[in-house]
Amino acid sequence: MAAKNKTKLNRSQGVHYKMGMSERLMMVVTYFVYILFAFVCFYPFYYILINSISNNDLSARGKVLIVPLGVHFKNFVAVAKIQGLSQAFLVSVGRTVVGAGLTVITAGFLGFMFTRDTMWGRKFWYRFVVATMYFNAGIIPWFLTMSNLGLKNNFWGYIFPLVVQPFNIILCKTFVESTPKALQEAAEIDGAGTLTVFFRVILPIIKPILATVAIFAAVGQWNAFQDTLLLVTTPKLYTLQFVLYQYLTQANSLKAIINSQMSTESIAASLAHSQTQTSIRMTVTIVVVFPIICVYPFFQRYFTSGIMIGAVKG
Amino acid sequence: MLKNKKKARAYKEFLLVLPFILLVAIFSYYPLYGWIYAFFDYKPPKPLSQSAFVGFKWFTNIVSNKIKTQEILRVLKNTFAMSGLSLLFSWFPMMFAVFLNEIKCVPFKKFVQTVTTLPNFISWVLVYSIAYSIFSSTGAVNSVLQSMGLADKPIMFLQSSEHIWFKMWLWLTWKNAGWAAIMYLAAISGIDEQLTEAARVDGASRWQVIWHITVPSLLPTYFVLLMISLANFLSNGMEQYYVFSNSFNKSSIEVLDLYVYNMAIGAGGYSISTAVSMLKSVVSVILLFTTNTISKAVRGEGFI
Repeated sequence: MAAKNKTKLNRSQGVHYKMGMSERLMMVVTYFVYILFAFVCFYPFYYILINSISNNDLSARGKVLIVPLGVHFKNFVAVAKIQGLSQAFLVSVGRTVVGAGLTVITAGFLGFMFTRDTMWGRKFWYRFVVATMYFNAGIIPWFLTMSNLGLKNNFWGYIFPLVVQPFNIILCKTFVESTPKALQEAAEIDGAGTLTVFFRVILPIIKPILATVAIFAAVGQWNAFQDTLLLVTTPKLYTLQFVLYQYLTQANSLKAIINSQMSTESIAASLAHSQTQTSIRMTVTIVVVFPIICVYPFFQRYFTSGIMIGAVKG
Repeated sequence: MLKNKKKARAYKEFLLVLPFILLVAIFSYYPLYGWIYAFFDYKPPKPLSQSAFVGFKWFTNIVSNKIKTQEILRVLKNTFAMSGLSLLFSWFPMMFAVFLNEIKCVPFKKFVQTVTTLPNFISWVLVYSIAYSIFSSTGAVNSVLQSMGLADKPIMFLQSSEHIWFKMWLWLTWKNAGWAAIMYLAAISGIDEQLTEAARVDGASRWQVIWHITVPSLLPTYFVLLMISLANFLSNGMEQYYVFSNSFNKSSIEVLDLYVYNMAIGAGGYSISTAVSMLKSVVSVILLFTTNTISKAVRGEGFI
C-alpha cells in the first residue's frame, strides 16, 4: 500500500514537473514575443528621434541606428524657419483646439438632452442622430455638398462636419444616465432652467467622460488628413499632416526648401549641419508626432473606461 | 394650464437641440441627395442642371463596359484580400491580450501595453513617414542589411507590389493590435477569479485555464467585433492605401474606397464613382443588417 501510494505521489509530482517545464517554456516564448512586438512599435519613433538630432550627413546615409551621432539641434531651428510649415502648425493647432472644443461641448450637451424625457420627440431625434453612424453618402456626394456650402478652402470645413459625433454622444448619454436623477430634480425644484441644470449640475459631474471625448476628438482633429486632401487647395490652409505628406511624396518641394536655405544661410555651412531631405523629413515627423506623445500618458488612463462604455452601448 | 406649460418646455428643449439636428441633417443626410449625380453625366464645372440625364447608364456600364468590369473586379479582389486577411487574423488581438494577461510582472505588462497602443494614435501619414524612414533605400533596414552583407543593393520595400497585401496587413496590425487588445484585457479583468482559482486547485495547467476559462469568456466580445468587421467588409477606408500607393504598387493596393476617390478626383469621373459608391453603400447596409440579425440569433442581442 505504502509503496503504491509513493509511486502515485511520484507520478503526480512528475506530471507536475512536466507541466512546469511546458509552462516555463511558454512564458519564455511569451516574453520574447512581447519584447519583439514592443521593440517593433517603439524603435521607429526612437530611430526618427535620434536621426533628427544627429549629424545630417550620417543620417542621410542611414548610419544612425542605435545612438545619436554628432548631436545638434539645428534641424529644429531650420524647420521652424520653413514658411509653410509654421502656418501649417497654426492651422493644425487651430482646428484641434476649436474642433475638439466644439465636439466636447456638443457631446456633453446632446448626451444630456437625449436623457430628458421632457424634450419633444426625444427618442426620434436621438435615433436620427445615432443612425448616421451606420450609413455614409460616400466621399463624392460629401465633397459636392461641401463645395455647394462654400466650405471648400475654408477653415470651417475642418470644423462643422465633425461637431456632432454620434459615438461621443452615446458615451456622454450613458454617463449622464448613470448619475443620480435626484440632482437634476432638486435643481429644477429650486427653479433652474434646462440650461442652468446642464451648466451648473451636469457639466461638473460628467468631467471624466468629457476628458475621454476631448482626447479622442483632439487626436482625430490633429490626425485628420483626408479632408485637407479633398477640400483644400490653398497652401494657407494646409495642415501639418498634409505638408508632411507632401514632403514624403514630392522630393522636389523638399529640394526647393533646401536650396532656398542654402542661399539665405551661408553656403559654407558644414555638411554635418546643412539640411538634407532626410533631416527635414525626420524633423517634421518628430514635430507632428510630438504633441501626441506628450498627451498620451495623460489620456491612457481614460482608454479603458471610454472603450468599455462604448462597447456596452455602441 | 400645466399641460400647456409642459408643452412649451418640450418645444423649448427641442429648440436648444435644433441647431445640432440641423448640422446632422446638413452633413450626414443632405449629402445623400448627391446620389442623383449617379444618374447624370456630370462634368464640373458644368452645373448639374445643364448635365444630361443618363438614367442607369453608369450602373450598366460597370457590367457592360469590359474595361470597367475588369477594373472593378481588380479593385474588388484587393478589397476582399485586405478585408479577408483582417478577418483571417481577427483572433490575433484576442490572443495578444490573453498571453499578455499571463505575464505577472506588472511593470513589463504596462510597458508593453503603453508602447503597443501608441501607434493607434498616429495618423496614416505618420505611419507612412515611419515606413519611409525605416524601409526606404537609405532607411534603417537597408542600412543594416547592406552592412551585414546580406544585400548588395538596397531592397525596394515600398516601391514594389510584391506581397503588398501582406505588407498592408502588417502595417494595419502594427497600428491597431495593441489598441484592439485593450477591450479584451478589460473583459479578462472581468472574469470571476474564483473560477480560475478553482480550476487551479483541481490541477488545471496554465494552458487548460487559458483554453477552458479565459478564451471562452472572451468569445462573446470576439464574436461582436467579428460581426462588426464583417459588416465593414467593403469599407477599408482610403487613407492607408492612399499614402502607401505609388506607381509600382497601385494596381494591387487600390481598394474600393481608394478607387472611388481616384476615379472621381483623379480622373474626373464623378458620376460613375458616385454610382460605384452608391452600390457599395447599399451592399454595406445589407451586410450590417445581416450580421446584426446573425448576432441576434446567436447571442440574443444585436450590436446596432
